[in-house]
Amino acid sequence: MAGTQSPERAPAIELTDITKRFPGVLANDRVSLTVRHGEVHCLLGENGAGKSTLISILSGMLRPDSGSIRVDGAEVSIRSPRDALRLGIGTVYQHSTLIPALTVLENLMLGARSRLKLDRDGARERLAEMAAMLGIDVDPEARTGDLALGRQQQVEIISALWRGSRVLVLDEPTSMLTPQGVEELQKVLRRLKERGTAVVFITHKLHEALAVGDRVSILRRGRLAGALSSEQVASSSAEDLRATIVRLMFEEETAEVAGAAELTTDLTAVEEERSVPAAEGDVFLELKSVSARGAGTEPGIEEVSLRVRTGEIVGVAGMDGNGQRALAETIAGQRRVTSGTVELFGVAVNRLSVSARQKLGLRYLTDDRLGEGIVRNLGVSLNMFLKRIGEPPFWRWGRIDRRRINAEASGLVKAFDIRTPGLEARAGTLSGGNVQKLLLARELSFDPKVVVFHKPTYGLDLKTTEHVRAVIRDLVGKGAAVVVISTDLDELIELCGRIAVLSRGRLAGIVDNGPHAVSQVGSLMIGTMEAA
Amino acid sequence: MALETEATAGTSLEAGARAAEPARLARSWRAVVRSLAPVILALIAGGLLLLVLGQNPVRFYVAVWQGGVESGGWQNSAVLMAPLLLIALGLIIVFRAGIWNLGYDGQYLLGAALVAGFGPSILQTWPAPLAYAVLFLVAGAAGTLWTLVPAVLKAWYETNEIITTLMMSFIGVGIANILVKGPFQDPTVNIPQTRTIPFSKLLPNLSGTRVHVGVLLALGAVVVVHYLLTRTSFGLRLQVLGANPRTARHVGISVRRVIVTSFVWSGFLIGVAAAVDVLGLWAYVRANWNPGYGDTVIPFVFLARLNPLAVVPFVAFYAVLSTGGDLAAQQANLPTDFLLVLVALILLFMTVIEYLGRRRDLGQSYLTPGLKEALRRPLVRRRPAR
Amino acid sequence: MNGLLTQSFLTALVAGGIVAAVPLMFTALGESVSERAGVLNIGLEGMMLLGAYLGFLGVYELHSEWLGFGAGIVGGLAGAAVMAVLSVSMGLDQIVVGIAITLAGEGITSVLQQAQFKGKFPGLGNPATVAIPGLSRLPVVGHSLFDQPLLVYLGIGLLALVAWVFRATSWGLNLRAAGEKPEALDAAGISVLAVRTYAVLTTGALAGLGGAYLAIVGANTFTPFMTQGQGFIAIVIAMLARGKPLWVGVSSFVFGICLSIGTALQLTSINISSDVINMLPYIAIMAALILFARGSYLPPALCLPYVRGGT
Repeated sequence: MAGTQSPERAPAIELTDITKRFPGVLANDRVSLTVRHGEVHCLLGENGAGKSTLISILSGMLRPDSGSIRVDGAEVSIRSPRDALRLGIGTVYQHSTLIPALTVLENLMLGARSRLKLDRDGARERLAEMAAMLGIDVDPEARTGDLALGRQQQVEIISALWRGSRVLVLDEPTSMLTPQGVEELQKVLRRLKERGTAVVFITHKLHEALAVGDRVSILRRGRLAGALSSEQVASSSAEDLRATIVRLMFEEETAEVAGAAELTTDLTAVEEERSVPAAEGDVFLELKSVSARGAGTEPGIEEVSLRVRTGEIVGVAGMDGNGQRALAETIAGQRRVTSGTVELFGVAVNRLSVSARQKLGLRYLTDDRLGEGIVRNLGVSLNMFLKRIGEPPFWRWGRIDRRRINAEASGLVKAFDIRTPGLEARAGTLSGGNVQKLLLARELSFDPKVVVFHKPTYGLDLKTTEHVRAVIRDLVGKGAAVVVISTDLDELIELCGRIAVLSRGRLAGIVDNGPHAVSQVGSLMIGTMEAA
Repeated sequence: MALETEATAGTSLEAGARAAEPARLARSWRAVVRSLAPVILALIAGGLLLLVLGQNPVRFYVAVWQGGVESGGWQNSAVLMAPLLLIALGLIIVFRAGIWNLGYDGQYLLGAALVAGFGPSILQTWPAPLAYAVLFLVAGAAGTLWTLVPAVLKAWYETNEIITTLMMSFIGVGIANILVKGPFQDPTVNIPQTRTIPFSKLLPNLSGTRVHVGVLLALGAVVVVHYLLTRTSFGLRLQVLGANPRTARHVGISVRRVIVTSFVWSGFLIGVAAAVDVLGLWAYVRANWNPGYGDTVIPFVFLARLNPLAVVPFVAFYAVLSTGGDLAAQQANLPTDFLLVLVALILLFMTVIEYLGRRRDLGQSYLTPGLKEALRRPLVRRRPAR
Repeated sequence: MNGLLTQSFLTALVAGGIVAAVPLMFTALGESVSERAGVLNIGLEGMMLLGAYLGFLGVYELHSEWLGFGAGIVGGLAGAAVMAVLSVSMGLDQIVVGIAITLAGEGITSVLQQAQFKGKFPGLGNPATVAIPGLSRLPVVGHSLFDQPLLVYLGIGLLALVAWVFRATSWGLNLRAAGEKPEALDAAGISVLAVRTYAVLTTGALAGLGGAYLAIVGANTFTPFMTQGQGFIAIVIAMLARGKPLWVGVSSFVFGICLSIGTALQLTSINISSDVINMLPYIAIMAALILFARGSYLPPALCLPYVRGGT
C-alpha cells in the first residue's frame, strides 16, 4: 500500500530526539520520527502517551526543549503556527479550527497574504479545483457551523492544502465520523498520497492504524516504544501486526489488562455475544416523545422516546453534535422540554428543577468535567458536595459543617481511589482521571437511582477506564437504571444491553446488543443522514 | 486549619496536608505583597505626576497624613469609612457572584434623597431608634428597588448588567435630583437642597469623638457579611455562580434566585450606606451632589480579593487618603479629582501585578471568572432555555 | 402639543440632534471595530475626554480646527495605547483596565484643565461649516443636515468606508476571526495580538475624534466630565448595531435627538424640567435594550484575552 517514491528523496519530516517537559510530566522523551512524501505514517498510542504534544510541536504551537526537526533535509526551527505553515506543515486538529459563523469560502480566505481586497471569485475557482482533486463536494457559501462534522473536516483538509501544505498532520480524525465518513476519509488520504503529500495520522485505534498506515510508530508514556517500517507493515499478517503492536503498547501489562482485547476490536470483525437482560422490572426513566431546543451550534432533540428499567444499561450512540448534550440536559433538568414528557418512576417531572430531580435520585455525569462538572478553584471536598449545598447534616440552618464534610469526603476519596494531595487541594489541579473519579464519587455516593453518563471514559487512561466501567456495572447490579451516552461504539457494545442511535436530534432506532449490533448501529447512524 | 481525617485515612492525604502547610504560608505572603504593591506603586507614580504639575510630592503626602490622621483628622477619616465600607460590602456580594453592579451612584443617591426628605418629619414624630430603623429600611429598600430591573433582566433574559445598571444609575441620579428640588425642597432657603435634620437628631457620636455610631454599624455589617459569604450555603452558591455559571446550573443551583438575591442585598447595603451617611454626617442633601464613593472603592474591593474582612484596612487607607488628600489638594491648589487619578493608577498597577503573579500561580486572580464572563454573553438571550 | 410641531422646534431638534449625534457616531463606530475583534472597550469615556481636552487645547493654542481634531485623535490614541498594552498584549482584564482608563481620563483632564485655566472656561469660536448648495436651503432639515462642518460629511463617509472594510477586505475578515475564534486566526498564521491592537488603536483614535468634536463644535469649550456617560451610550449603540456601521449612524442620530431634545424644547411653550430631559437618553436606552436587544449579537471571543495554547 505504500506510494511509489524514489528512495533518495529526503524525508518530508524528520524528528530527532524531541524532548518536551511540562511541570510534573515528561510529555515527549527523545522521540524520533521519519515521515516520507507520499506516505501515511500512523502515530499510535493511548491517551496520555504524548501524541498531542508531538504534533503541537510540529504545528508550531509548542517548542521542544531539545531535539531537532528537519524538513526536506534542512534543519529548521518552528516557533509559531506561521512558521509551520511556511514550512508546508498543515495540521487538522481534533477540535475544529474553522470559524462556525463564517462561510467555507471565508474560512479559506483567512490568512491570504498581500491582497487587501478579498478575491472571492478566484477563491471559488481554486476551491472547486481542490475539491475535485480530492473527490469531495463542498458548497463555498455554506456556513461551516452548519456543516456535518465529516464535511467540516474535509474543509479543514482543503484549508491545509490551500495554504500550500505538503505535510498534513491529522489528529484523531475519525473520532467524530460515521463508518461511511471514515471510508470517505480513507479515499481522500489515498488521493493525497498519489499527490505526493506526506500524511501523519494520529490515532489510538489500532485497526485504523492498520487500515490506512504505510508505516506505524508507537508512542508510550512519552517514548517511542517501537516502529514498524513500511516493509514490515506490508508483509506481515494482520494477526501478527496486532500482536506486535499490542505488545509494544502495553508490554508486561498485556496479560492482565482486559481492555487490551478491546483495542484489537475491528469494527467489522470481532463481534462478541452479549446477553441481553430480560425486559422486565420497573421503568425508572421514561421519555415520551420529548423535544427540546438546541443551544449554539448544537442541535436539540425531537420526539425522542426511551424507556430505561431498573438494572438496565441503555446506550446512546451517535457522533458528536447530534443532540447528545440536549438529551442529557433535558433528562437532568438543565434544559426545558418544549413538548413531550420526562418521567421518573412513573411521575412526570417536566417542571422539576435540577435539584428536585437530584433529590429523587437522578444523577448526571457531564462530559465537560472541567468546564461544567467541578469548580476549579474550590477544594476537592467542597466539590464533592456541590450538589448537596444546604442539605443537613452538612449544612445546618444554612451554616456549613466543615468537619462533617471533610470526614465524609476523605472516606469517599479512599473509596474511589482519588489521587489528591489533600482534601483542600484545588480540584482544578487534579489529573483528568482523578477529576472523573471525583465526579463519580459525587454523583454515586448517595443513593443514585437513575444515572446518565455522558462520555464516561473519554480521554482517560486504560486503568481508570476499566475502573469506571466496573463502577457502572456495579451500579446496575444494585438496581439503578443507567444511560450511557458515548461516541465510542466499542464502549457501548461492552456495557449496554440496548443501544439507541441519535441522529440529528432524533432517535433513529434502538438495537438490542448482540452479534450484529455493530453493523445495525452503524447503518442506523448513516441511514438517516447524508454521507458525512 | 487542621484537617479532621479519620484514623483510617490514607497516608497520602495526611502527608499531602502536611506538605501543604509551608506552601500555604508562602501563598499568604505572596497575597499580601500582591495586595500592597499596587498601592505603593500608585503612590509613587502619583508622586511623579505631582512633580510634573510643579508640586512637591513629599509635601503633598505629608499633608495627606496630617489632614487624614493627625490632630483629629482621623475622626473625619473614620466617619468616611462608614459609607465606604457598606458600599464595599454591597459590591463584594455581587462581584463574588460574578455580577457587575455598577449602578451604585443611583442607588446611593436615591436612598440619600429619601432619607433626607422623610428624615426631618420622621425623626420629629418617632423615638430615635425606631426612626433610624425605619429610615435605614427605607433607604435600603430604595437601593434594592433600583437593582430590581437590571436583576430581573439579567436573571430571565441574560441582559448585560453593566449597561443596565449604569443606565439605571443615571436615571436614578436624575430622579434623586427631581425629588430634592421638588417635594423635598427646603422651603426656607433659596438653594436647591432638602431640609436639614437638626443636629440633635443625627446619629449619636461615640463618646468624646466626632465619629458617629454608623461606623460601628458598618463594622458590624462587615462581620455579618463575612460570615454570610464564607460559612453559609448562600455564600457557597454565590461563589459557585461567580466561579462558573455553567457548573452552578449543573449542580442544581437556582441561578435566577442567586442573581436576584445578590442584587437585592447589594442594593440594600448601598442604600443603607446612604442612610448612615446622611443621618450621621451630612444632615441634608443638595441637588447635583454626588460623592462618588463607589467609583473609588472598587479597586480596593478587588485588592482585598473580595474578602469583607480584608477590605477594612484598604478602606481605612483610602479614607485617610481621601480626607487628607482633599485638604492637601486644596493647599496645593489642585482639584480634588486628582484622587481619581490615584485610584486609576492603583487599578492599573493591580492588573499589571496580577499579570506578573499569574505566571507563577494558578487561579489567584483578583477577579472571579464569572466577572470576566459578564460581557461575553449577548445583551439579551435569544430564547431562554431554562 | 402644538408647541412641538413648530418649525423652529423641529429645526432646533434636528440641528441639535446632529451635533449631539456626531461624537456618538465616531465613538460608536470605533467601538464596533474593537468589538468585532473581540475587545470590549469600557474606557471610551476616558478616551473621549482625553480627545476632548487635547482637541480643545489644539484649537485654543494653535488656532486651527483641523489641528484640534488631530490633537483629539492623539489623545484618544494615548488612552487606547494603555488598553492595547495591558489588555491585548498582556491579557489583563478588559473591564478593569477600561474602568481605570475612564477614571484616569476623567481625573487627568480635570486636573490639567484646572491647572492651566484655574477656574475659567474659555470658549472657542463657532466652527466653520460647509453648506451644500441648494439642499442647505430646505426648510427644517436644510440648515441642520446640509450645513455642517466638513468633518460631519467625512464622518458619514467613514461609516461607508468601515462597512466596506468589514465586508470586502482581508483586514475585515481578520477582525471578524479575531472576535469569533482567535485560535483559528492564530492557526492561520496571523497574529491575533496585532489585529486586536490595531483595532483598539482605531477605536481610540475615533473616540478621541468624537470627544474633540464634542468640545470644539458641540460645546465650544472644555469642562471636566463633559461626556456625561456618552462613552457608555456609544457602547450600547455599538452593541445594538450588531457591528453594522449603517445602524451605528442611525442609532447615533436617534440618541443624539434624545440628548438635544432639552435645548430644543426651550423654544416651545412646553415646560419640562431639565432633570427629566437629561434622563431621556438613558430611559430610551433602557427601553431599546428591553425591546430590541433580543437580536443583538456579540462575537463569542469578546472580552477574552487570547493566549496561545489554551486558557
